[in-house]
Amino acid sequence: MEMLRDENWVLSVGTFLPILGVLVLLIVPKSDEKLVKLVALATSIATVGVGVYTLFQFNYQRAGQMQFVAQTNWISVIKSTYYIGIDGISLPLYFLSMVVTLAVVIYSWNHIPAPGNPKAFFILMLVLQTGMAGTFIAQDLILFFVFFELVLLPMYFMIGVWGGPNRQYASMKFFLYTMFGSALMLVAFLAIFFKTGAESFSIPYLVEHGGAIAKNVQVWIFAGMFIGFAVKVPMFPFHTWLPDAHTEAPTQGSVILAAILLKLGTYGFVRIAIPILPVAAKQWAPYIGALAVIGIIYGALGCLAQTDMKRLIAFSSVAHMGFVMLGISTLTSFGVNAAVYGMVAHGLITGMLFFIAGSVKERYHTLEISRLGGLLTQMPHLGWILGFASMASLGLPGLAGFWGEFPAILSAYNPAAGLNENVFRVYMVVAAIGTVFAAAYLLWLFQRVAFGEAKGEFANHPYEDVTTVEWIAWTPMLVAILVFGVLPNLLFKVIDPAVREVLLAFGG
Amino acid sequence: MSLIPGALVAMIPWTSPSVSYYAIAPELVLSAGIVAVLLADLFLPDRLKWVMSSIAGFTLLGAMLPLVIVGLNNQDSWSMFDGRYVVDNFSLVVKGLFLLSGYVVVLLSSAHVEEGDYWRGEFWFLLLTSILGMVMISSARDLVSVFVAYEFLSLPAYMLAAWRKRDLKSNEAGVKYFLLGVFASAVMLYGMSLLYGAANSTLLVDLGRSVTVNGGFSSLHALGIVFVVVGFGFKISAVPFHTWAPDTYEGAPTPVTAFLSVGSKAAGFVALVTMLYVAFPQAGDVWQPFIWVLSALTMTVGNVIALRQTNIVRMIAYSSISQGGFVLMPLAIAAYSGSLDSALRAVIVYMIVYAATNLGLFAVIIAVSHKTRSGEITSWGGLFSYAPALGVLATIFLASLAGIPPLGGWIAKFAAFQSLISAGSGWGYSLAVIGAVNSVIAFGYYGNIMREIWMRPVPDGDVTPIRTHGSLSLALGITTVATLAFGIIPGVALHFGDIARITGAFGG
Repeated sequence: MEMLRDENWVLSVGTFLPILGVLVLLIVPKSDEKLVKLVALATSIATVGVGVYTLFQFNYQRAGQMQFVAQTNWISVIKSTYYIGIDGISLPLYFLSMVVTLAVVIYSWNHIPAPGNPKAFFILMLVLQTGMAGTFIAQDLILFFVFFELVLLPMYFMIGVWGGPNRQYASMKFFLYTMFGSALMLVAFLAIFFKTGAESFSIPYLVEHGGAIAKNVQVWIFAGMFIGFAVKVPMFPFHTWLPDAHTEAPTQGSVILAAILLKLGTYGFVRIAIPILPVAAKQWAPYIGALAVIGIIYGALGCLAQTDMKRLIAFSSVAHMGFVMLGISTLTSFGVNAAVYGMVAHGLITGMLFFIAGSVKERYHTLEISRLGGLLTQMPHLGWILGFASMASLGLPGLAGFWGEFPAILSAYNPAAGLNENVFRVYMVVAAIGTVFAAAYLLWLFQRVAFGEAKGEFANHPYEDVTTVEWIAWTPMLVAILVFGVLPNLLFKVIDPAVREVLLAFGG
Repeated sequence: MSLIPGALVAMIPWTSPSVSYYAIAPELVLSAGIVAVLLADLFLPDRLKWVMSSIAGFTLLGAMLPLVIVGLNNQDSWSMFDGRYVVDNFSLVVKGLFLLSGYVVVLLSSAHVEEGDYWRGEFWFLLLTSILGMVMISSARDLVSVFVAYEFLSLPAYMLAAWRKRDLKSNEAGVKYFLLGVFASAVMLYGMSLLYGAANSTLLVDLGRSVTVNGGFSSLHALGIVFVVVGFGFKISAVPFHTWAPDTYEGAPTPVTAFLSVGSKAAGFVALVTMLYVAFPQAGDVWQPFIWVLSALTMTVGNVIALRQTNIVRMIAYSSISQGGFVLMPLAIAAYSGSLDSALRAVIVYMIVYAATNLGLFAVIIAVSHKTRSGEITSWGGLFSYAPALGVLATIFLASLAGIPPLGGWIAKFAAFQSLISAGSGWGYSLAVIGAVNSVIAFGYYGNIMREIWMRPVPDGDVTPIRTHGSLSLALGITTVATLAFGIIPGVALHFGDIARITGAFGG
């Protein structure tokens, strides 16, 4: 594969700039909270600035190729290199991670969750940002693994220290699940390395040579990676950490978790598991598809059973990531395009929903759906934003969610050559039913929270509508949801060439 | 001379053995230091006795100097006493490890020894003597010299474990350690005598030859190998020979525990590796399955029991048992062609990283227990809130022990996994999966301490900040830098693993 190596400093700077912010924060006194916030804000603005520069310098005519490629020695003894690059699949996710972090930092301006200590909070958030961005640009399995793991500890502490009442249980569960997955993933990575002649951990190299691994070996290696990535996605039946983690995490943690962390798993499938082990991917595809549609239905039913708004949104993630995985499991460029689109859309929309949930909780001090009501009369702006995000989430055409969901379902009609069409068409029907459920639980949520009159102690109580800080943090995401809904081609034309490149082994 | 009958003198022509004083300069410096400590204890007035800790520290650093010079020399190895004492790169690397970790132990001990009502002179004397034993065992290439060095390092350690003379627990620690240690020595000595019978030589290289040349492998060899491995199994506290470790670790003074869990354990591994690589490289069929079982048991049992501990030192004892299982892992496939180098590298890297991390953790434990006066894990509650620096350092060391990137521990685990999988055999794969699962279980108890530090309230409400003694701070600094550096620039640790070739291993 041809690569563009111009300006190869851009990605490293964009990824490690937050670490610079961390180093500055370390010397800022803990008591000077304003300065702490300013440093964090400046760092994330600068990071987004580098991201914007990346967007401008990216060569969209050659979005299928790796760009800004840099490769230097790192651990030469084990033939692992510091090898980074970005293509049309990585670019949207890489940039999204920066934008979401900025939004979260802005939101934290006056929303530092108990027990306070913004210094530690922002340090963790910035480390998290480096881990997320790095995962999307790593072109070396070991580098990918290090970045993939780097997000674990900050998130563990974010949930465990600043989370809700049951935070200690939730954070430990999150950690153990993910670590279990990534331990097996590492073993799988090593197996790939040795089965391709112990030459290199570079992903492009392994894509070239991985296909030659014997079929039964591939299937086993894929199993290891599958567990690693599926836990992160999370796919049914590995999803049980997610509702707990989301519910207990502080708003900021939930937003980052939903918007970016879950994508690390699906991204791993698209970037690593499928292109390197195409034969195994074909073997596994029907099972992945089955788990995906089970996730869609199970997540939706789970949503219908929830009484807590945040937990409901968490379960909706299980369903939505099911659509993404269904798209991936078809192994067609159509399906994977939809999946990558779905990742970005889900990141924006569900991130937004968690922001709203956080603000509702802050005002009412509860997320118990049965106690809420009349949001539209009490806080019309917040109510409409909730409506907007719910509509986007249920896949209303014209908003971003639609372009992830609808094509994913459609792609199952015609899976890649060699996959059983009938099976996938059944999946398609099941997934389509899932969208009905999605409409049901989201509309139901919106109806109960926003319509009618405020109940009980919340009635006749003046609440401040969306604040300036919230507007600043949310507007970019809201605009993006609308823009990507109206002009899907903005994103598809970036993603598509890269997806075709990834799926070369399946005939495009 | 007159005591020896003239006839005997005539029978054995005496030639002085070849000794390179240049190559054994580190041993000479250590011996001089031991004498200096002894004399200082005799002649110095009480108020000047604090000088002894400085003498001990400078002796260890002073021994590093010739070590580095010898290491930079181009000559590969120096063989002395007809090949019974060999200074090669392997021995130089592990000697460096013993000296430096010995130095950190001195730093950890100095405040402890000054405060408590200890026999200071003897403490430093015994500590240095034990380190000299370790340095000697690195070069020993003969059954007799291995055994002598082994006893040389063990006997002072027995006494150090029982150092708190009026404390029953400390006495129990010493007695248990002594009785089981002596038992292990006896078993090992019996094995050695069988091997001598089989090979008619005590030289390790001759043992290796006897397996292939003199009528080949005999059951005498097999028995001897098993007994010797069992003997070292006690030293490295491999399950089921681990029963002494928790009681000894808990009862011994904490700096001594640090010393036992790092130095003396590493010495056991060094001796084991020397035996396996130099004496029995051709008998892999005998020891590989044995080590496989030991490793799997050690990891799992150590981990599972550690989960239930409430005392931090006991927990670290079990954690260190289970870490020993990880060090053993690569040895289970070491005799496969192509894996010998990577297995040795993995063992060395693991010992180096583990030494830095574990000593760091003990430094934190000493600092914290100095304030809390308790060994209970719950006494660590809220550490981050009143001693943020110690809280963060403890987190770094615990995360490193758990093997989370980008902290040192990950590269140690990685090297072990890499070696296991490189063998390409079912034995390797299965042990790698067991190791992967165990590394997740381990987070259960490491994460538990992190939870106390970050997420729990201060148990007694006493939030006076902790002041760390100067030398303790230095120890913390050294170990932190090492732990971080090994993780971010893994090449450092891997380099030492790579140059540590054993002369004469595998007949080479």
